[in-house]
Amino acid sequence: MSVSVVMTVNGEVVAKHVEDRTLLVEFLREHLRLTGTHVGCDTSQCGACVVHANGKSLKSCTALAVQMDGAEITTIEGLANGDVLHPMQEAFRQNHGLQCGFCTPGMVMSAVDLVNENPDPSETEIREWLEGNICRCTGYHNIVKSISAGAKAMREGDPT
Amino acid sequence: MTDNNRGIGEAVVRREDSRFLQGRGQYTDDMNLAGQLFACIVRSQHAHATINSIDGSAAMAMDGVVSVLTHEDFAAYGGVPCGWGVNNKDGSPMAEPKHPILAEGVARHVGDPVAVVIAESPIIARNAAEHVQVSYSELPAVVSMQQALDASAKPIHGDTESNLCFDWELGDREAVDQAIAGAHHVTKLELINNRLVPNAMEPRCAIGDYNSATGDHTLYTTSQNPHVIRLLMGAFVLQIPEHKLRVVSPDVGGGFGSKIYHYAEEAIVTVAAMKLGKPVKWTSDRTEAFISDAHGRDHITTVELALDREGNFLALRESTHANMGAYLSTFAPAVPTYLHSTLLAGQYRTPVIYAEVKAVFTNTVVVDAYRGAGRPEASYLVERVVETAAREMGIDPVELRRKNFIKSFPHDTPVALTYDSGDYAATLDQAMIASDYAGFEARRAEAKQRGKLRGIGIACYVEACGVAPSNIAGALGARAGLYEAATIRVNPTGSISVLTGSHSHGQGHETTFSQLVADKLGIDYDSIDVVHGDTNRIPFGMGTYGSRSLAVGGTAIVNAVDKIIAKGKKIAAHLLEASEADIEFENGEFRVAGTDKMKPFAEIALTAYVPHNFPLEELEPGLEETAFYDPKNFTFPAGTYVCEVEIDPDTGTTEIVSFHASDDFGRIINPMIVEGQVHGGLVQGIGQALLEGCVYDTDSGQLISGSYMDYTMPRADDVPSFSVDTCVTECTHNPLGVKGCGEAGAIGAPPAVMNAIIDALSDYNVRHLDMPATPNKIWSIIHKASAAAA
Ligand code: FES
Ligand code: FES
Repeated sequence: MSVSVVMTVNGEVVAKHVEDRTLLVEFLREHLRLTGTHVGCDTSQCGACVVHANGKSLKSCTALAVQMDGAEITTIEGLANGDVLHPMQEAFRQNHGLQCGFCTPGMVMSAVDLVNENPDPSETEIREWLEGNICRCTGYHNIVKSISAGAKAMREGDPT
Repeated sequence: MTDNNRGIGEAVVRREDSRFLQGRGQYTDDMNLAGQLFACIVRSQHAHATINSIDGSAAMAMDGVVSVLTHEDFAAYGGVPCGWGVNNKDGSPMAEPKHPILAEGVARHVGDPVAVVIAESPIIARNAAEHVQVSYSELPAVVSMQQALDASAKPIHGDTESNLCFDWELGDREAVDQAIAGAHHVTKLELINNRLVPNAMEPRCAIGDYNSATGDHTLYTTSQNPHVIRLLMGAFVLQIPEHKLRVVSPDVGGGFGSKIYHYAEEAIVTVAAMKLGKPVKWTSDRTEAFISDAHGRDHITTVELALDREGNFLALRESTHANMGAYLSTFAPAVPTYLHSTLLAGQYRTPVIYAEVKAVFTNTVVVDAYRGAGRPEASYLVERVVETAAREMGIDPVELRRKNFIKSFPHDTPVALTYDSGDYAATLDQAMIASDYAGFEARRAEAKQRGKLRGIGIACYVEACGVAPSNIAGALGARAGLYEAATIRVNPTGSISVLTGSHSHGQGHETTFSQLVADKLGIDYDSIDVVHGDTNRIPFGMGTYGSRSLAVGGTAIVNAVDKIIAKGKKIAAHLLEASEADIEFENGEFRVAGTDKMKPFAEIALTAYVPHNFPLEELEPGLEETAFYDPKNFTFPAGTYVCEVEIDPDTGTTEIVSFHASDDFGRIINPMIVEGQVHGGLVQGIGQALLEGCVYDTDSGQLISGSYMDYTMPRADDVPSFSVDTCVTECTHNPLGVKGCGEAGAIGAPPAVMNAIIDALSDYNVRHLDMPATPNKIWSIIHKASAAAA
């Protein structure tokens, strides 16, 4: 069955007719062609698909597009302010927080939500928060470092 | 020199990150071609079964289904080829059964592709796949290597005599037997190197496209080596000549070996696109990845180390069974043989070594190279047996290692390698200091007060990177060359395109290779671009694996740059009216030696393309050079890792409380990237030691650890932050002096962690424990010992 959904994605209102079983991640990737949000698993474990829904991190493989009707969604493509990277993106860049880049969008979106909740997370808090995000490349060392630096930058700067 | 040079040795922030951080990377699954159809593969749910019939009619009748393909549709093509042949002890070739693209009458593992449904959307294809009726008659499955080699076991391939793929040996058996028989002490260990699932975070994906007007095929695929796929799939499987097949590997989300091989799905989408006249895309889901990506490791080994009274190593003997899975994957036979037993000397002067390796077919997914490929297995058995010998003989494990270190280079090992450089004692010393090894007993005592069992373990690994040279590899069974190619294209206004046959899937080549060229040419880093991953844009390449990209691919780049400089000197000599021999090139300037007569690089470039004042009778216009570099030898990175663990005796859980790595990677181009490679390798190694283990049900052959709910991937809270440093001796046979760093962590970490755990459990009389050292295993050991004591 086809249903209509309306949501705000990265600040733009989008209205589409989709199959009722369409997942949010499919909606973003296939219908809106926002391919920065990735799919790394089929058991809701890896976090490659994390976006923000109404300001909170959400695994977009775990929600139907219709459930998000009326929601405000931010994906990795919507995080930077024009050409200026979000402080968390910049922190990942400066601290080599990514290698192949596949887990990265989910990591960054998840990290921003962490810092929104806990502006000064400890290393342990960061590592615990990342339970739902798997990275096979970095060994997490530089991701943790990036998030600490990103949190500091978000505290100090204007978090746009 | 420009002030934006960013040359060798600088921790330059990666240029590829801007796109990845903004969701602008382009991975294969991010691409959709006009009119594209979607493939879903029907896979065997049995480990071993005869396929009686396949009925696709119900699927075909569904709306949106375009085609159902079975083995017959691929009858005209070859099977999936193996790229390395290994001989038996008697010189006869290994058993090399056919590996069909789609199962041909028999399915040999859970996940073996049986049929393909092609439809207008992925959902339709997936639904229709459920409606393909396959009639199977189950056959007994051989799941473990013991089952497979049992006299009563039937061969899983009709065209082989048994499930033994090969029985290979290396080294002087007699000398080793004698040394062991006469030794003061022999330490013997039986150990398992646990089977792993590589789990690059990006699942595999392939899109086939065919232009019937030109006869041109294009394959977009998640590969570490697109030219190799073009060769293997084009020439050996589908008989498509190279000029009619373009293979593109865009951004690739990690490989770790699993994306080296040519997989059936690549041939499937290529053929389907041709048959149907539309692009066809297949994207693996994670469940499918578990049952179709090549797995790693899976060795069962007996190792013996003979020592004299003073602790000098006299001989080492290895007997290993290596699981190949149901078929031979691209490099599978090389992994437990030439990439493994050749490393059995480790960092030591062991005078004689003998290895025998039996490779076995089982009804499981294929096994091939996974980060380290054979070398982690070698390092693990050497470092475990050395550690155990030290404990048995009451010698300090550090001193036992130090005593037996190779101290002069070059060093010929008894297992066919010549180590060119290293300083093992210096690396060890550095690690001892950095990890405060001397202060360990105080930390152990303090932990004990908190009720924790603290242990320390070290591992001194050596690895061999950049398999080479091609003629020797060929004599040992490689069916391909192992050189690398690069082109430096200087554009008219002096910007540079570096076309490399290496492939980056996380390694940061776009940055490192630009640094190399900026350094060599003394020009602006931002005027250099690196192109990789497209057979139509790059002359040739062997790709990225075995930590070869910098040592082999980087050297090809440097050699091509040297050719550019040589030609530039000729042009400069002409412009400056000097003799070529008097022209020096430094910091981006061609200068007549000892004068201030000079031409900048950009002017030489422009002159080459606008040759109005140019020695046309001697020199062709243009400035573009290609180099193929075939290395003279492997490179030999080495290091010492020190791991400290604390075990909670109540739960059996192990916490890694500190981990220090001192590595000798030769000269370092970008230290930030190198550290990142070490961190990633360490966590894969720690994952193998503590968490990861691929488990099959030995009766049914079902993969039990088939998802992230069941296969324990290391997560951020399973591992610590690391302390890493480097201790440099340069490689002597490549111009950069580089050795390679991609696999070290995964090679050195497992024995360091396991040695630490055994040390922590020293009160419980544990001699050995197989990986993964799960809380359950450790708790049982502690519990049994406590029960016995009570
Ligand atoms: S794709 Fe959503 S958690 Fe893995
Ligand atoms: S950077 Fe590759 S999975 Fe995280």
